[in-house]
Amino acid sequence: MSATGFLSQLLQLAIALLLAPILVGWVNQCRAWLSNRSAPPLLQPYRMIRKLFNKDAVVAENASWLFRMTPYIVFAAMALAAAIVPSLATDLPFAQAADAIALVGLFALARVFAALAAMDIGTAFGSMGARREMFVGFLAEPALLMVLFTASLISGSTSLPTIVDTLAHREFAIYPSLAFAGVAFTMVSLAENARIPIDNPATHLELTMIHEAMLLEYSARHLALLEWASALKLFNYSCIGLALFVPFGIAEGSADWLAILGATPLLIVKLAGGGFALALIETLSAKLRIFRAPEFLGTAFLLAVLGMLVNLMLGS
Amino acid sequence: MIEILVILGAPIAGAALLASIGERQHAAEINVGISLITFIAAVALAVRVVAEGPLLLAGKIFFVDPFNVFLIALTAFVGLTTSIFSRPYMRIEQDLRHLTPGRLRLYHSMFQVFNFTMLLALSANNMGLLWVAMEAATLTTVLLISLYRTPASLEAAWKYFILCGVGIAQALFGTILLYFAAEKVLGAGGGALLWTELDSVKGDLEPTVLSLAFVFLLVGYGTKVGLVPLHNWLPDAHAEGPTPVSAVLSGLLLNVALYAVVRCKVLVEGSAQTSFARTLMMGFGLLSVVTASLLLLRQKDIKRLFAYSSIEHMGIITFAFGMGGPIASFAGLLHMTVHSLTKSAIFFAVGHATQKAGTQLMDGIRGLVTISPLIGWGLALGALAILGMPPFGVFASEFLILTTAIREQPWATPLLLGALGISFAAIFSRVQPMVFGETTVQRLPHRPAMIPVFVHLAIVLMLGLWIPPFLADWYRQAARLIG
Amino acid sequence: MPMNIPLWAQLINLLAAVLLLLAFAMLAQRRVLTLINLFAAQGFALACSTAIVAFATHQPHLYWSVGLTLVLKVLVLPWLLHRLIVRLDVKWDVEGLINIPTTMLLGIVLVVFAFNLALPISQLANTVTRATLGIAMASVMLAFLMMITRRKAIPQVIGFLAMENGLFFAATSATYGMPMVVELGIGLDVLVAMLILGVFFFQIREQFDSLDLQHLEKLKE
Repeated sequence: MSATGFLSQLLQLAIALLLAPILVGWVNQCRAWLSNRSAPPLLQPYRMIRKLFNKDAVVAENASWLFRMTPYIVFAAMALAAAIVPSLATDLPFAQAADAIALVGLFALARVFAALAAMDIGTAFGSMGARREMFVGFLAEPALLMVLFTASLISGSTSLPTIVDTLAHREFAIYPSLAFAGVAFTMVSLAENARIPIDNPATHLELTMIHEAMLLEYSARHLALLEWASALKLFNYSCIGLALFVPFGIAEGSADWLAILGATPLLIVKLAGGGFALALIETLSAKLRIFRAPEFLGTAFLLAVLGMLVNLMLGS
Repeated sequence: MIEILVILGAPIAGAALLASIGERQHAAEINVGISLITFIAAVALAVRVVAEGPLLLAGKIFFVDPFNVFLIALTAFVGLTTSIFSRPYMRIEQDLRHLTPGRLRLYHSMFQVFNFTMLLALSANNMGLLWVAMEAATLTTVLLISLYRTPASLEAAWKYFILCGVGIAQALFGTILLYFAAEKVLGAGGGALLWTELDSVKGDLEPTVLSLAFVFLLVGYGTKVGLVPLHNWLPDAHAEGPTPVSAVLSGLLLNVALYAVVRCKVLVEGSAQTSFARTLMMGFGLLSVVTASLLLLRQKDIKRLFAYSSIEHMGIITFAFGMGGPIASFAGLLHMTVHSLTKSAIFFAVGHATQKAGTQLMDGIRGLVTISPLIGWGLALGALAILGMPPFGVFASEFLILTTAIREQPWATPLLLGALGISFAAIFSRVQPMVFGETTVQRLPHRPAMIPVFVHLAIVLMLGLWIPPFLADWYRQAARLIG
Repeated sequence: MPMNIPLWAQLINLLAAVLLLLAFAMLAQRRVLTLINLFAAQGFALACSTAIVAFATHQPHLYWSVGLTLVLKVLVLPWLLHRLIVRLDVKWDVEGLINIPTTMLLGIVLVVFAFNLALPISQLANTVTRATLGIAMASVMLAFLMMITRRKAIPQVIGFLAMENGLFFAATSATYGMPMVVELGIGLDVLVAMLILGVFFFQIREQFDSLDLQHLEKLKE
């Protein structure tokens, strides 16, 4: 564990925590641009989080410890995930503890706790949201795993830093299987982050909610942590996508300070591009009925499997 | 050289000519004339090839050896007799208001184009060119089958297009695989697809690639032969298209498709040295024979009945070529000839019979002999011939095939015999009331053309009793090439 | 590993993957308009791949093939199909015989089958892009699956054309291009087939008042 490794780990975590809300703000801004409307200012998510922290929490009487602990658990899981995904550098001490499969497990952990907490109070919308969230997650997880497997078939390991090293730092080569995996990953991240076409993050109608329905009962600091965790989830997925498909610029294992500092603006630029692409996809698609979600995710899964098969066939 | 140019040029020129004047008074006579020219040129070519041996023409584009020159001659001959038959038939159809002048023009020109594509497929040396010709033949027949524009004919033509289109696509893939294998040995460029070149290096071609290529080619071209289970288009196409088209489909196109399969089989056998190709062909052939004979029992439409009979006989020929060896190949070639002639003769008679009765359902046709003895006896004799009664030629070829089968593939013989027996019962029991007994049919407005029917049957009879030495020699040479 | 093969071969591999991706997308597609656009995109990928092969193996005669593919499959045929759709007033949603997730699963099975079949063969060839043979075979099979699971006439035809795309890809990329006369012939046949089909659609529509192929199932046995 080198000093640069330790410090790059901290830097990465700090940047993730700080930049996640503004990523959400940026996506909203782009959506507004594309719809020819005006958006709330970029820093609005920060203001909202600060506002929520200053409020008093209102908790239902029959809420158990699960309800109270879930926001912290979810937030911790997302933060840990942010520390594992190599967004700035590949020399991350934490990353040795968890590989790609464990990462998926972290997301699953967050999802399970959120769903249980939503059912904890016993309201109708909470249970409905929990059911739908688990439904989408159940279909999306295999697809995500397949995408990661495709990448690990190419690099020979499931550890994310190794994957990034292989894809970014060897000679430039085109991997057709990653084309399939890229499309599948986009579809999966749309589903997991509760974006159109699976879920509308700006909806007010409870019957159309999937992710929002789980947050209905929360208030104040709990809600703040959960909103921040959602933003972190989007940030993490974007970083995973960047690490797998556009990994250039991520500092190599034995890099020095300059490389790590140089990787930060590059990351911001890439995230901005990714956010714009996300807004574009959201604007161009319509929300699917919940019954069509299996089709959507089934397509993603099969594309990812196809990517693996193409890899086996072509050797790349 | 000049013969092949006439053989190919006459139909295409004729098609162009008929496209403009095809509905006029003498269009049918012009049609006959062009077919006659083609036939004469084909005979001349045949004489030359039998005398001099295989010929490479026009710089290796065309290759004519005893195997395909005999098919070229047969195609030209049946094309000629069909055009003779189609003259009064189409005239009656026009009187019955089934056709407009525009459609008649389409019919005449497409008929010649169809002849052209078949002759091109038979004489091409380049396997890719063979494929192109087969696809073109498919496209022309689609237009011909849907000529009457009734719902049933549209359905038949659509099914034909889709099934044969898919089949042709598979055949293309097989051709590509063939090229794949050939490129390694012969190098890139046009030479790698020439059959003569492939034949000379077939020992060096990769067996696995060629086997896979053969599977695709068999499935692809086999669809056009009408092998079960890819035969679904055949009965519909025969039933819904005009009768001359049914005659050339059964008599000629099936043969040409089988020719393509056999050419590929020769290559695969030379390369793989296993009996893979043979087993496949025998299996498909046997399956076709048995399935077709069982389905014969259920037919109510006369053209469908004889279409299934075509499937059965093509199955027998495929089985014969699959067995291989001098006798079986000889018998297969003989069967190709007599089946072409007999089946087209039957369709000629059936065409006029359905016109007299006004329906294609067998229950509606009765007592043909009473009103028109020629048609009645033509149909009766044709049916007897196709059922393999001695002394007709079909008996001779079936006998040879069965005896070879008993010797080499004894397990297949009971199946073959059973199938032949079932089809005998089915066809005979249907034809008998149609020809004899109380009549329900009327006279035709024009005199029917029965000469082609009896000419065909006479040839078949002769082949059953005595095969002229030059013909036997010819068959033997061709059989040797097939292996 | 892909390091050993030159850049142009990697590009061809990528285009092969794109071809397969488009074939899969066509299988899952419900709307006929998008189907036609996907087909045009597939034709474009095909043309690019042929152009790369022509450039890298120094066979200028393949440029004719590129031109033919571009004109025919990216411009003329999609335009013809668009016009047909407008004139025939075909509904957008396409019914299938089996639902889409099952179709996709079947598609994956076919892809595995095709890859299995092609693996020993591609090792025997001597072209650098020989691995694309399996992908070409897989897209042919996917197009075939699309043909047999659709009910309306136009998606069936598009499936047929997509099958030709896959075959053409095999011809140009797995084998460095087939002799010219064959390609010309194939191109011509495809065009003529489309024209005939265009006539056909009108006839079918006239007779049956719809392009639903269920009406074309009266002839049996």
